Amino acid sequence: MTRPFSARAILLASALALAPAGLSAAWAETPADVLVVAAQIDDIISLDPAQSFEFSGNDVDQNLYNRLVDFDPLNLEAGFQPSLAEKWEVSGDGLTITFTLREGVKFHSGNPVRAEDAAWSLQRAVKLDKSPAFILTQFGLTPDNVEDKIKADGNRLSITLDKPYAQSFVLNCLTANVASVVDKELVMQHVEGDDLGNTWLTTNDAGSGPYKLGTWKPNEAVQFVAFDDYWGGAPRLKRVIVKNVAESSAQRLQLEQGDIDVARNLTPSDIQGIAGKDTLKVLDEPRGRILYMGLSQKDPLLSKPEVIEAMRHLVDFEGMANSFLKGQWRIHQNFLPEGYLGASQDNGWTYDIEAAKKIIADAGLTGSSVTTKVRDIREYLDVAQTLQASMAQAGLTLNIEQMTGAQVLDAYRAREVPIFLGEWGPDYSDPQTNAGTFAWNPDNEGKGSTLAWRNSYAVPQDIQDKVAAATLESDTDKRAQMYLDIQAEYHKSAPILPLFQRVEQVAMQKGIEGWSGGGAVTSVMYHQVTKGQ
Amino acid sequence: MAVTDTSGGQAPPPPSDPPGGARLAATRRRAKAFGGVLLSLALTLLGLLLVTFVIGRVMPIDPVLKVVGERATPEQYEAARQAMGLDQPIIVQFVTYIGDVLRGNFGRSISTGHPVVEDLRRVFPATLELATLGTLIGVLVGVPLGVVAAARRGGWIDQIARVAALVGYSMPIFWLGLMGLLVFYGKLNWVGGPGRQDILYDGMVPTVTGMLLIDSLVAGDWGAFRDAFSHIILPAALLGYFSLAYISRMTRSFMLEQLSAEYITTARVKGLSERRVVWGHAFRNIAVPLTTVIALSFGGLLEGSVLTEIIFSWPGIGSYITKALLAGDMNAVLGGTIIVGVCFIGLNVLSDVLYRFLDPRAT
Repeated sequence: MTRPFSARAILLASALALAPAGLSAAWAETPADVLVVAAQIDDIISLDPAQSFEFSGNDVDQNLYNRLVDFDPLNLEAGFQPSLAEKWEVSGDGLTITFTLREGVKFHSGNPVRAEDAAWSLQRAVKLDKSPAFILTQFGLTPDNVEDKIKADGNRLSITLDKPYAQSFVLNCLTANVASVVDKELVMQHVEGDDLGNTWLTTNDAGSGPYKLGTWKPNEAVQFVAFDDYWGGAPRLKRVIVKNVAESSAQRLQLEQGDIDVARNLTPSDIQGIAGKDTLKVLDEPRGRILYMGLSQKDPLLSKPEVIEAMRHLVDFEGMANSFLKGQWRIHQNFLPEGYLGASQDNGWTYDIEAAKKIIADAGLTGSSVTTKVRDIREYLDVAQTLQASMAQAGLTLNIEQMTGAQVLDAYRAREVPIFLGEWGPDYSDPQTNAGTFAWNPDNEGKGSTLAWRNSYAVPQDIQDKVAAATLESDTDKRAQMYLDIQAEYHKSAPILPLFQRVEQVAMQKGIEGWSGGGAVTSVMYHQVTKGQ
Repeated sequence: MAVTDTSGGQAPPPPSDPPGGARLAATRRRAKAFGGVLLSLALTLLGLLLVTFVIGRVMPIDPVLKVVGERATPEQYEAARQAMGLDQPIIVQFVTYIGDVLRGNFGRSISTGHPVVEDLRRVFPATLELATLGTLIGVLVGVPLGVVAAARRGGWIDQIARVAALVGYSMPIFWLGLMGLLVFYGKLNWVGGPGRQDILYDGMVPTVTGMLLIDSLVAGDWGAFRDAFSHIILPAALLGYFSLAYISRMTRSFMLEQLSAEYITTARVKGLSERRVVWGHAFRNIAVPLTTVIALSFGGLLEGSVLTEIIFSWPGIGSYITKALLAGDMNAVLGGTIIVGVCFIGLNVLSDVLYRFLDPRAT
């Protein structure tokens, strides 16, 4: 009998399948004038600064646009600095701020940046009334009155407020992405109906920032091209490419191969894995996000003061910060993140099961149980399970229902999450952004959207009065002290427990200098980044 | 190539040329049949869309939140809800959507901010390229492997095929993908890393089909071709391996059935070479069911394989639709569904046509 077939067929087929071996196109390193960043950027839904309210969208806009005032990436602690506005003055009654614009600044289109552009941009954001608009409208601006309140006159721009707010409060808000200055002439050419150019700006750039938008391929990459006529000097890196790489291990591999310069989303184990590499380094940058636990006051058990007291003892802060949260979250028990005016360092709650057990037993609550919904993110689930274990030791049963982010959010908005575990990221760089949500709930019975409302926490009137007063205090040092006082009181009594502050561990090639993810107060900036060779 | 080595079989005789009047009737009949196919295609698509739409809308996911963010005021929320037409009853929303689609307007995706057509033009070619190469690998290796495994049942090749298939079925793709990256990219540096191409080639080749391998050939840019190939080969080999596992097992069982038939015994008794018996007789008879298996496996890959896409940062249709679904982004989901639906129907029609050529009886 002959062989049923020659082995040729298999050989040929396998040769075809294996042919590519050795086809590597790998470059030892990225080009000297290009910065390649790997990050998770699939949350961008719009690049219009009047609309973008996602981390990655703001990261893009930060570099495409300028604002009247901006942060210095190399000195974030210094606070807001003159940017498109060279200087400003506040009227005697504290109600009007007048900015003088820098001369000779150009948009990417070549159009000059005028006070009129700045005024129109702010008016536009108020009129469009997208998600971030409240950052501006909280100063009494409405679509109807904004043209009277914000006015351009020559190279001067004036903003009239409804109350004599602290200058630091107003200017901090003007560093927000929503206050970016857009090129009025260019955008007006692309207006569709009454959208004020929103559709066009969603995917296009009309800024004056250090980088122009090259391309944005959703879920794939954003490319920036240096704007050589930038008023602050041409960026040294001609191109910046941000690739969407969802997987931490894929980011790490590419970093080790030298195919990328910066990896922004490495897990603790991957950070540990590259620790020994002498071509790489890791930068720890505290960010603004707070991981907190909200105890719904609608819940009969959780609204008991004893339970709130016990819960403060049931969080294994050290244990979690040294294990699964290691390097990525640090203990922080107050609602203002480090890096903010008036941030408090008082982390007085301690993990003490015996104390909690006693409190629960004394209140006759041993054996009670509560069921909560937790978002299916590894970190939250780990925190929830750790809490479950310590609650069990103290005599309380915690049942965990795992859900998607959207489901938990829906329930939270409907005030139906008994123990909420999640993050809060500040909306702008002023302490009011967190005070106004953690400690603000003017109508607990009605409809609201602050964190306090979502946890059905009727914030005591004296705390709310202090929060309101702090927005009007013109002396910045006094203002900082007011926030410290508010937080001290909150720390003692509130059923919303700030637990940790986010630390972003950015891994990069050793030669990268000047990286700034924006700290706690703003977004990533590329202008000052260099690649030492 | 082994697969086409069927020279021993007889090609079906060409249909005889019908006379004039009959030809006209035949044309009319064909046109009618074609119309019927189109109608059933449209109905199938409509049904598919309706089901997708209803499921998407009854899911406890609020697309408005994706647009306005979780911190929106109730007024902003309501305004966005109305702008998106979500205050209408589901059936009205569906009819509106179909009307827009018929006018060629697929809407804008709320999760990418781009028009859905533009998104699909980008993500579908990426998937098509990957799925085609994957299926090609699966067929070129899987079919011969299955045939040989059946012909030499119990032999070492059969054992290898069995183990390979078992591993292919049971190994989690994300693990295999990561290991592949670690070894071939991280350690050996034989292939490109995650993504479709090196950043240096991004935007260098003009987009014609959206499939980088083809576009770079059209542009005559060999550097870009090599780069694209070095990026696609690992994920394609991975997908190819999984379809190989399936195709080789199916080929083997089809072949075993044929090889035990009486006509094979007859052929062997007549003294035909074993090669002629296996490839010329048995293999010819499994061509039809095998086509179905391959078409289904290809169709499966065209839906996009989410995990592979995520691991290899491959911007394909699988992760696009999944992400859209989780955001309640119905324009994107439905646009993607139309593409996948059309592909499946197209593959069905194609395999029907192939049957006529492959089935010895269908003349």
